[in-house]
Amino acid sequence: MTPLLSVRDLHVGFGRDPAAHEIVRGVSFELAAGETLAIVGESGSGKSVTALSINRLVDFGGGRITRGAVDLRLADGTVIDLANAQEHQLTKIRGGEIGMIFQEPMTSLNPVLTIGAQIEESFRLHRGLTGRQATAAAKDALDRVRIPDAARRLKYSPHQLSGGMLQRVMIATALSCNPRLLIADEPTTALDVTVQAQIMALLAELKRETDMAMIFITHDIGLVAGIADKVMVMQAGEAVEQGALNAVLDTPRHPYTRHLLSAVPHFEAGRAARTDYRRPETPTEGSAAGPALHVEGLTVRFPVTGGLLRRRTGNVHAVDGVDFDLMPGETLAIVGESGSGKSTTARAILGLVQPTRGAFSANTNTPHGRGRPSVQMVFQNPYASLNPRLRVDSILAEPVIAAGGRISPETTARMTMLLERVGLPLDSLQRYPHEFSGGQRQRLCIARALMLNPSVVVLDEAVSALDVSVQAKVLELLVDLQKEFGLAYLFVSHDMAVVERIAHRIAVLYAGQIVEIGDARSVLSAPRHSYTRQLIAAVPSIERRHETFALDLRQVPSLIRPLGFEPEQAEWQSFGADHRARVEG
Amino acid sequence: MNYLTRRLVTFPLVMLGVSILVFISIRLVPGDAITAMLGTEAGLLTPDQRAALEAYFGIDQGWLVQYGRWLTGAMQGDLGISVTYGKPVLDVILERFPLTLELALLSMAIALLVGLPAGVFAATRNERPSDLIVRVFAMIGQSTPNFVVGLLIIFILSVGFGVLPVMGAFTPFFVDPLQNLGQLILPAITLGFAFAASVTRIARSAMLDVLSEDYVRTARSKGVPALSVIWRHALPNALIPVVTLSGVEFGYLLGGAVIVEQIFALPGLGRMVLDAILQRDYALVQGSVLFIALNFMIVNLIVDLTYVMLDPRIRLGDR
Repeated sequence: MTPLLSVRDLHVGFGRDPAAHEIVRGVSFELAAGETLAIVGESGSGKSVTALSINRLVDFGGGRITRGAVDLRLADGTVIDLANAQEHQLTKIRGGEIGMIFQEPMTSLNPVLTIGAQIEESFRLHRGLTGRQATAAAKDALDRVRIPDAARRLKYSPHQLSGGMLQRVMIATALSCNPRLLIADEPTTALDVTVQAQIMALLAELKRETDMAMIFITHDIGLVAGIADKVMVMQAGEAVEQGALNAVLDTPRHPYTRHLLSAVPHFEAGRAARTDYRRPETPTEGSAAGPALHVEGLTVRFPVTGGLLRRRTGNVHAVDGVDFDLMPGETLAIVGESGSGKSTTARAILGLVQPTRGAFSANTNTPHGRGRPSVQMVFQNPYASLNPRLRVDSILAEPVIAAGGRISPETTARMTMLLERVGLPLDSLQRYPHEFSGGQRQRLCIARALMLNPSVVVLDEAVSALDVSVQAKVLELLVDLQKEFGLAYLFVSHDMAVVERIAHRIAVLYAGQIVEIGDARSVLSAPRHSYTRQLIAAVPSIERRHETFALDLRQVPSLIRPLGFEPEQAEWQSFGADHRARVEG
Repeated sequence: MNYLTRRLVTFPLVMLGVSILVFISIRLVPGDAITAMLGTEAGLLTPDQRAALEAYFGIDQGWLVQYGRWLTGAMQGDLGISVTYGKPVLDVILERFPLTLELALLSMAIALLVGLPAGVFAATRNERPSDLIVRVFAMIGQSTPNFVVGLLIIFILSVGFGVLPVMGAFTPFFVDPLQNLGQLILPAITLGFAFAASVTRIARSAMLDVLSEDYVRTARSKGVPALSVIWRHALPNALIPVVTLSGVEFGYLLGGAVIVEQIFALPGLGRMVLDAILQRDYALVQGSVLFIALNFMIVNLIVDLTYVMLDPRIRLGDR
């Protein structure tokens, strides 16, 4: 039997002379009906371009297939070479034979059209349905991806739904005409882990129901284990290794595959947690050995207004009574999903948002930071957090100037020292941010944060935007710097696997409140709160293969409370010396 | 409707501010209405005659009293008597307004009918020869003063085709539509030329942005045909800047187009205001500026409401 899709020696180039600027250089693979191929690689490896070449969307991005064949077997058995197909043939195949879902559900749906209109469109194009029939079909499609209250949601605009919901709408649209091949290009990268687990479960379920083939593109080799039958690893436009799932994961042949597998932070129930720091048994307040950062009852609320006179009708309880201590040389990871209040906590500690209530004090009596602002921050997106018009020396000088200092020879000496320390070439001072890669930029941001010799550094998703191998190196650097300067890290992250590698202690934030806090190893290996358990179970892992998750359709509770609402006093239960969880009602 | 009420409340406040500004600025210009009206003969007036004339036109008192009197009148719909026309100001304005409104509507229609497709077309042909041709035309259209365009059109038509633009007394649309359009089509093309060029440029750049958006790629991945991708998925998202530009341009056109009115001998608002300023016809200047300001605010309101229709994410008054 001929395979559903057969790609042979695919070459794709960009620009005026595509043959000279090839992004994909000779990729071949075959895919049978009902089979899932995972294409794994880091950014720039050509994995997305390969996928976009199959339905020829690559043409619209300035790409051109320069060589090779993409043979698709149609329902009637005829085989068409998509690499040489005409545009009018392709519009029939796109959506009809090949469905596609993309990375960013928030931007991948048309903001001015309703959800219903966008799903109906597929039925009108490929099935010839109109009016009521199309609407009914769209409702069925939403039901199929388990969106509650589908009939009403059809009238919604995309901005009224969450990212996870939108990705379901995308899946519903892509699957509406029962395509025989689904291309999923990093479909869960922009989503929270628990939402990711749900989307993966949904995809696996739908695949079983319909027997469609799937090409699943991801940078996260951990995700592959749950869904793929075959794996292809790509590097610099070439497939460096491909084979059956177990063969690739268990006995990787190519060094790059081994590198990817080792760079993926494995999640091993706390076995990889750091052990290089012991918390003093009874930290004494105020002394030099006291906490670098002490937070007590931190509460941040944003007003909700409504009605004709725009009166305050309630509050968003973004952060509600958070307290913790952070010792010098210690890393406390704050984990939680979007909307849990973790970034607001970090921003409140830096004074970027005004806390409604609560106190926090940063110890300025460390040997390094006497009388200086002692908290600095490293942000998530290294591409957006460096001013593109400033040279590196000005960027590094900025915190000094902001703190009222002058550029003295010592400042310049510190710049050189830090650049060397974060592993950037010394001529970097004369260069602009665009001349650096993402990982290098994040190193710059780290150097900038260290210019004032802070005692606490807040890292807000600081490695989330980086490729796994770069991520591992930046994490190593952070650990080295921590030991050298005795820094305390407040590490805000949604990624449990990264947290495992950097954290000494973990605080789990849910709906603005800490639900569990304690020693990293203890929290990861023996989570006590149901939310922590759910969070950990959702992390994809290489160990669990083709395991299905139960679909959980619970929504995150609303954080909007009426005026004057105060949360109940939390009851805590202790598990061991440094591990406590909130008692669940 | 919360937003609408608030906007309607601000209307009179803005009008009040505008009227004070106009009232002061026109009186800062040297010269007076009586001299402007009578020319050299003004020197022959006895002081008593002059005082009587000033009292008749209500310019004998101090500024504050004049303004107070004018404001009380304006609130009752009486904008005063025009010195030059010897008629109520409102009547003079309303006589001229239909022509100006029609001319503005025609120009905008031409601009959108030509500029929008041209801009969309250029965006889809990005950097190809056809795109460059459209861009060159748009550049010429934007940088050519409209008196040059107007004169060129007259010149080409009369010398090349022996057709003369329909001149003579202005015929309102409802009296004789054909005659009326014949009179207005050339000035409308003249004004619409530059307007269309601006629309082309802004539509092109907005479309270029939208065409690289993720949702356009999604539409293509669903197998939406190319034309439908452009008109149904991309264009509605690119219309906001076009509406903004059109609103501003249309607002200006409602204030009259002095040069084009002059070239085509049309009795529009623009020439009327110019004459009123030269004649120190205080009441008429004040009345017409107020009228123009009101038009502008109404246009802005319509523009805001159009945004809401175009983009469901925009909620007026939530800011």
